[in-house]
Amino acid sequence: MLQVKSLVKFFDVLERGVLRRKKVGEVHAVDHVTFDIMPSETLGLVGESGCGKTTTGKVILDLEEATEGSVVFGGMDVVQTFGKSGNRDDAKKLRRAMQMVFQNPYNSLDPRMTIYDIISEAFVIHKHIPRNQWKNRVYELLRMVNLEEYHAERYPHEFSGGQRQRIAIARALAVDPEFVVLDEPVSSLDVSIRAQILNLLIDLQQKKKLAYLYISHDLSSVRQISQRVAVMYLGEIVELADTDSLYDKPLHPYTQALISAVPVPDVTHKTTRIILPGEVPSPINPPPACRFHPRCPYATEICRQEKPALEDKLVKGHFVACWHADKFV
Amino acid sequence: MAERLLDISELRTYFFTEAGVVKAVDGISVNVNAGETIGLVGESGSGKSVTAQSALRIVPKPGRIVGGSIKFDGEDLLAKSEDEMRKFRGPKMAVVFQDPTTSLNPVYTVGKQLTDIIRLHRDMTKEEARKSSLQILERVGIPAPEERLKAYPHELSGGMKQRVAIARALTCEPKLLFADEPTTNLDVTVQAQVLDLLKALQKEFNMAMVMITHDMGIIADMTRRVTVLYAGKVMEVADTATIFNSPKHPYTEALLKAVPNVAQTQTLEVIPGNIPNLIEPPSGCVFHPRCKYAKEICMKEVPPLEKVDEGHYVACHRWRELKLEGRAS
Repeated sequence: MLQVKSLVKFFDVLERGVLRRKKVGEVHAVDHVTFDIMPSETLGLVGESGCGKTTTGKVILDLEEATEGSVVFGGMDVVQTFGKSGNRDDAKKLRRAMQMVFQNPYNSLDPRMTIYDIISEAFVIHKHIPRNQWKNRVYELLRMVNLEEYHAERYPHEFSGGQRQRIAIARALAVDPEFVVLDEPVSSLDVSIRAQILNLLIDLQQKKKLAYLYISHDLSSVRQISQRVAVMYLGEIVELADTDSLYDKPLHPYTQALISAVPVPDVTHKTTRIILPGEVPSPINPPPACRFHPRCPYATEICRQEKPALEDKLVKGHFVACWHADKFV
Repeated sequence: MAERLLDISELRTYFFTEAGVVKAVDGISVNVNAGETIGLVGESGSGKSVTAQSALRIVPKPGRIVGGSIKFDGEDLLAKSEDEMRKFRGPKMAVVFQDPTTSLNPVYTVGKQLTDIIRLHRDMTKEEARKSSLQILERVGIPAPEERLKAYPHELSGGMKQRVAIARALTCEPKLLFADEPTTNLDVTVQAQVLDLLKALQKEFNMAMVMITHDMGIIADMTRRVTVLYAGKVMEVADTATIFNSPKHPYTEALLKAVPNVAQTQTLEVIPGNIPNLIEPPSGCVFHPRCKYAKEICMKEVPPLEKVDEGHYVACHRWRELKLEGRAS
């Protein structure tokens, strides 16, 4: 359904001069990222801050312009369609098919619009529902996310974080999308509410046959909702595999460290924590060849000289970019 | 029997706002023994942060401690003047907050922030204080500490800033450290580093630690005893293993079931409803509206904290009859 090929997004670093601004560098936010998402599937995209996962989600939806690479959705070239020479009608079709739920439920809903207005705005723009059915459809969407009909008359500030996130989900569903990018949808919510939203998302996925790109730094919640997971580091995908395969037998040293670092809510679980030295380097000047080599406990000369390709030569369907992955099979 | 360091008894801290009186802490009792790490776990509105603020006497306006007692090493903290408390904070009790970006002063260098505290509490010359600062920076694992002394907080990464915040808390070798969500804002690999650092420092300084968090994984990893808080009241107190394996409070059971575990894929069980309004908390047991075991008595009477076993207390009318599930299944 969705094919992302060699997607690149660089941000310019500008230095403010007196008369003009000079470009002094580039932030390699997304550096040749490739993956597919099947219909009704959830691909988890994990990584720490600055790895490029949110930017990837935004570029796929054309909320940021791609520097290079292609995004193909249902056979349509997304980058081209949203570009200057693209067909307006096709662009609208794509906008309906591809939606997003943002991280912060406190500033992603317009505070001056009622819930009814927020959800029905989609109908105004896309005109896919006749006017006399708008009310019913809004109520139906609210019920779908376990909210009440009378909530439609209220304003966002009258709701809790979890409820606002449900409204954001209802809004995304108002256009009958096929694919939704979920950017850290539960991170700002309390623990007991997170489970509600996660279960709701899983439920809706089954009912509406939705594909999700679930972006998060929270490895525990990603595991519950994703069928496959991609791990990003400094703008690149370093590992991509089926969820259980990735979590139980990670083949990339970074993934191993990442998973071992998550505290497990179980007193009997003995974690051998892999502590990585130092911090994530700047994406303005990423290390050459394998970007992880300065922090990698297994790095050798080849890691410093040549970038390893993302391949599934060792275990079919389990992609990893590491010269020494064979050690961990 | 270990020496009792901090003794908080029936603490009541209310916030007198325009909208009404927010009963942030409404009868919380917690104690900490020398050298031990206890956990204060709860979600937003549970009262965990305000409890720590109360002990340190830094409750922000319009909050005020209205009842109960707080004793440290036998001394009555509520009877102390602000001048006397200032001598306490640093050498006896210290705190690390969640966000180092706001807890470190942005207009002073790291060095100045550390030496200021050292010279406030100890009789040292500028040079001696500087040497002491270097030592503590090294001890918290900051590379090139000489340069870091001259740096401003904004020049450091999140992980570095939090290490500086920890260094600041430890300058006077306190007997008790409050760590209020110290790793929530940090990336997972940095969180692992900081948690390990706290563990090591605790041993070295023979310090007691109050770990305030909503993360059950951190509780399992770092603490020996846990107090579970909800809406300003204590739900359950026990040692960590017991809390995880045989909880006696429905909220504890629900919390364990709602938390995703990175080590296994599972279905999350949802706690319905939302965290209550602390201006008008529910009658009787404050958890009853969301409790699947609630009966009539739960709506009418506030359950007292009862002893289940040595060191294990629970506030629930039905604890004797309920068969709850822990993690050990």
